[in-house]
Amino acid sequence: MLKYLLILLLLVTATSVTFSQTTEATSVQATTNTGNAEIEMADILRRDGKIYVVVAVLVTVLAGLIFYLIRLDRKVSKLEQQFKS
Amino acid sequence: MKFTWWKILTVLLLLYTVIAGLLNDVPHLAILNETIRNIYFHVPMWFGMIIILTVSVVYSIRYLRTPSIKNDAIAESAAKVGVLFGILGIITGMEWARFTWGEFWSNDPKQNASAIGLLIYFAYLVLRSSFAEQQQRARISAVYNIFAFAALIPLLFILPRLTDSLHPGNGGNPGFSSYDLDDNMRMVFYPAVIAWTMLGIWIVNVKTRLEIISYKLHEQHA
Repeated sequence: MLKYLLILLLLVTATSVTFSQTTEATSVQATTNTGNAEIEMADILRRDGKIYVVVAVLVTVLAGLIFYLIRLDRKVSKLEQQFKS
Repeated sequence: MKFTWWKILTVLLLLYTVIAGLLNDVPHLAILNETIRNIYFHVPMWFGMIIILTVSVVYSIRYLRTPSIKNDAIAESAAKVGVLFGILGIITGMEWARFTWGEFWSNDPKQNASAIGLLIYFAYLVLRSSFAEQQQRARISAVYNIFAFAALIPLLFILPRLTDSLHPGNGGNPGFSSYDLDDNMRMVFYPAVIAWTMLGIWIVNVKTRLEIISYKLHEQHA
């Protein structure tokens, strides 16, 4: 049942992404402001390549959490198999 | 553990969210600057919470129709994970607010309403622990779950839109979707919602199976 929910979510996403791409022409001028030099962004962090350190840290944290979740999942699977036998 | 397709997808989408979330281009907006990237982390917490709490209330209703350990276990696990996502959503929102709105808590209607909603679900968890007998606990907390969810909807979606608010999408502010969320961001935002929600559902899955196997083993020994 939960998987049907995911499929529904994916379908909604797919359709809304296609719709949002067609309405690009009508979007307000202020949206695509990526080239504006007046507003401060973390450009120095990017120039020094330090942004990749941030990415690496976050990916490490994420990997740690995922491995922990997989370990728990495996423990529960082992219990379930023990019970069946 | 089964390496199901949705678990693999979850991990891939989460990695994509973090990497693309930090490296992709975003609109240059005043006040927000780079913090606009929080959209990939703070907002999916709330989307995930709503979806998972919906799962919880659906299984609560299912329990009332067909009392089974599985229905109650899913309802309880989903409520707990939903509350976890809500807490993370509030904390990340407070951190974001500190640097964009000037203070951790500005009594913004949505902040207050989400805190109230979370307190209502805390009460659900306390209610569950006050019953010793399994069937009574499951039945009464299932009824409470329905009321809790029914209270959440006006709190989060209706009340904030009626008054002044700093949140995008409420109080007369343009929603992130029309002015600030350009197509570049949508490419990361929607997968992020799916990724974080599926992570929550994976956790609900593991918790539920643990609860069910604990109950079965307990029954076997009793």
